Amino acid sequence: MPIQLKRLLILGLVLVSIFFVLKYLLTPESFGQYGHYRGNALVENATHDAKYVGSEACVECHEDIVEEKTEGFHNTLACENCHGPGYMHVLDSENELQMPDSREFCAKCHAYNRARPANAITQIDIEDHNPEEKCIECHYPHQP
Amino acid sequence: MNPQFEHLYHALSNVDGYIYPNEIELSWSLLIVLYPYITGLVAGAFILASLERVFNVKALKPTYVIALLTAFAFMLVATMPLIFHLGQPLRFYEIMITPHLTSAMAIFGFVYLWYLMVVLLLEIWFDYRADMVIWSGESKGVKKWLYKILSLGITDVSPEARRWDEKLGYIVTVIGIPSAFLLHGYVGFIFGSIKANPWWSTVMMPVIFLFSAMVSGIALVMLVFMAVNYIRKQKIDMLCLDTIAKYLFYIIIIDFTLESLDQIHRIYEAEESFEIISLLMSGKLFVTLLIFQVLLGMIIPLLTLGALQFYKPKEKIRQAIYFVTGILVLVGIFFMRWNVVIGGQLFSKSFYGFTSFKLALIGSEGFLAASIWLIIPFIILAFLLWLFPPWKKTQQDHSLVG
Amino acid sequence: MRNKEENLSRRRFIKKSGITVGSVLAASVIPSFNAVLFASEKPKGKGLWYGIAIDIEKCIGCGSCAKSCKIENDVPEEPFFFRSWVEQYTIKNDGSVEVVSPNGGIDGFTQTVPDDEIEKSFFVPKMCNHCYKSPCVQVCPVGATFESPDGVVLVDQTYCIGCKYCVQACPYGCRYIHPTTHVADKCTLCYHRLKKGLNPACMDNCPTTARISGDLNDPESELSKFIKTRNVYVLKPHLNTGSKLFYNALNQEVR
Repeated sequence: MPIQLKRLLILGLVLVSIFFVLKYLLTPESFGQYGHYRGNALVENATHDAKYVGSEACVECHEDIVEEKTEGFHNTLACENCHGPGYMHVLDSENELQMPDSREFCAKCHAYNRARPANAITQIDIEDHNPEEKCIECHYPHQP
Repeated sequence: MNPQFEHLYHALSNVDGYIYPNEIELSWSLLIVLYPYITGLVAGAFILASLERVFNVKALKPTYVIALLTAFAFMLVATMPLIFHLGQPLRFYEIMITPHLTSAMAIFGFVYLWYLMVVLLLEIWFDYRADMVIWSGESKGVKKWLYKILSLGITDVSPEARRWDEKLGYIVTVIGIPSAFLLHGYVGFIFGSIKANPWWSTVMMPVIFLFSAMVSGIALVMLVFMAVNYIRKQKIDMLCLDTIAKYLFYIIIIDFTLESLDQIHRIYEAEESFEIISLLMSGKLFVTLLIFQVLLGMIIPLLTLGALQFYKPKEKIRQAIYFVTGILVLVGIFFMRWNVVIGGQLFSKSFYGFTSFKLALIGSEGFLAASIWLIIPFIILAFLLWLFPPWKKTQQDHSLVG
Repeated sequence: MRNKEENLSRRRFIKKSGITVGSVLAASVIPSFNAVLFASEKPKGKGLWYGIAIDIEKCIGCGSCAKSCKIENDVPEEPFFFRSWVEQYTIKNDGSVEVVSPNGGIDGFTQTVPDDEIEKSFFVPKMCNHCYKSPCVQVCPVGATFESPDGVVLVDQTYCIGCKYCVQACPYGCRYIHPTTHVADKCTLCYHRLKKGLNPACMDNCPTTARISGDLNDPESELSKFIKTRNVYVLKPHLNTGSKLFYNALNQEVR
């Protein structure tokens, strides 16, 4: 074999070996466990705290309000939909939740919009229906 | 307002029609336009060099080494735009150690290294090895040691050894041709295989990319050849220059045909995305596509070079025409990449509207950064021409082999 | 004499062309066959396999889903990054289609086209379709996005290099690059909630239960029953993405 080829092959072998050593050292340990990805990524994706705790958590302290709600039209409405995520409040009840009372808030669901299916929700003309007053003056939100 | 998002709020106010909310910002910008442009220049310059070596077009001999060194200089810079565009550039090595084989982008690391080390580097090495040994004997200091190391400590310059250099270099060139196709073809495939984007998704994409790469590479070598001769105050080999221009003309014809075929097919079939794409071409892409890419970058060079095949004016006029045509072609092919990359992201995948793009001046994806990536290869080339002067080589006759 | 020379050079040319063409063909077969056949394999196994269903006839466009998604998952508040959003389609009497999604629908919608010009109007909530032949998974060069064994397409935040290929490949516009971490981000079907036995935040907060998720492999699940009893459609079926988000009453204008 000519000397050029010999030296080149040796150099090539050295470089390829370095590559495989690096590959072994740098590949993360859980890689390939379930597929072409880091198996630990599944755990990492599952390890976040839930911010919305669910209405069952509200029943423990606010049973009366929840009972009122189940008897009205807002029974399918989650508590946290209007009051915001409850995880801080569950940790320490000193942490207050949101108490939205503006017309714009109720209008988000109830203002007339042609795109809203008529049978899915009660709709009103937001500009016509008592425009000077807050909705909650007449409509108790937990049992509208 | 957070200044980080100022340009996005600006883009939001410039939305035309409806776009998916996440589409407001173009994720692939100027750096991704640059990468195919640079690898295209590399592949094209190499194909020109292989025309002389493998297909024995003797008239191109003066450009053989210059084409190789140009390809090498640009290849060294090619990865940089890619690394700088990554959201997490320090993790770039992952593409080499855990490549996901279903992704065309995953072969980037390997194709790039293969082409750089095995094809370009080896071919230049085989061509220069004997000369490096001779030069290491003649020079002193840093240069002497550079030559010694680069020739891997081999000192054999016998005719037998030189015949082996020839033979091995020839084999590398032959392997290099499909490697060049792979190097630039896979970039075209990266775009052509995205079924979500109808501007990109076409079977022709790798082929169009390849032939436009050849056009730009040949034009680049032509300009470098003219520049090197001008700087060295040498009389230029007109037969060589005319031959380069002839091949440039042939390849432009093929490239033009392929791109026209793609458009004709799109217009004829007029499938779902046709309306939004027509609006794109006649609206936001009018200047960069129809004026810069097609008219200036293809039609005018085609007509000019075509006319020169039949009527040959004086040398000086031909040189001036070649120079201007070379620049037009290089600019035109740059805009071809621009229109593919940027154009493909300007319209919404909902086909209901357009977002907008404003080129930044500073920043990693800005005009200044892109200019730097395009200037550096020329600096490298100048260094390479100093270290490996083609005009000081001992004569090699490539027809000894094959 | 001349004939022999011509023959020799012709033979040389044919030999060279043969080598070139041969190596080009060989080079084209190098990628493993499996990689090429990505989108034609059916999912294996009979275990838990998440899917989603959205009932357009129930959506009132309140934006609670989009709003609670951003809060639950710490998505940046700016109107450029959405894991889930709501679109309003208005099809006018002259046939033209208008689509809007102001801040993803988080602040609700107002009607801008007068009633008498409207032929049809409806809301379409959008989110990641968690495709089982996902083009975004197919194109990731490093394996930073993947389909979990239970059918949820997730992103490995510490492994993603931010090449943005997946953002380009998603036909539904579900992905974005996070402005702080500079890696890809998208709806995770609230995987952290699923693993605690909770529902995704968007589904819990929908006032009309227009969105549900569940086990596609369980014939008794609410999801499976939904699919069995209604005309369900997926977005862009011609792209064969294996989308697992099934819409009821999807209009043909919806993209």
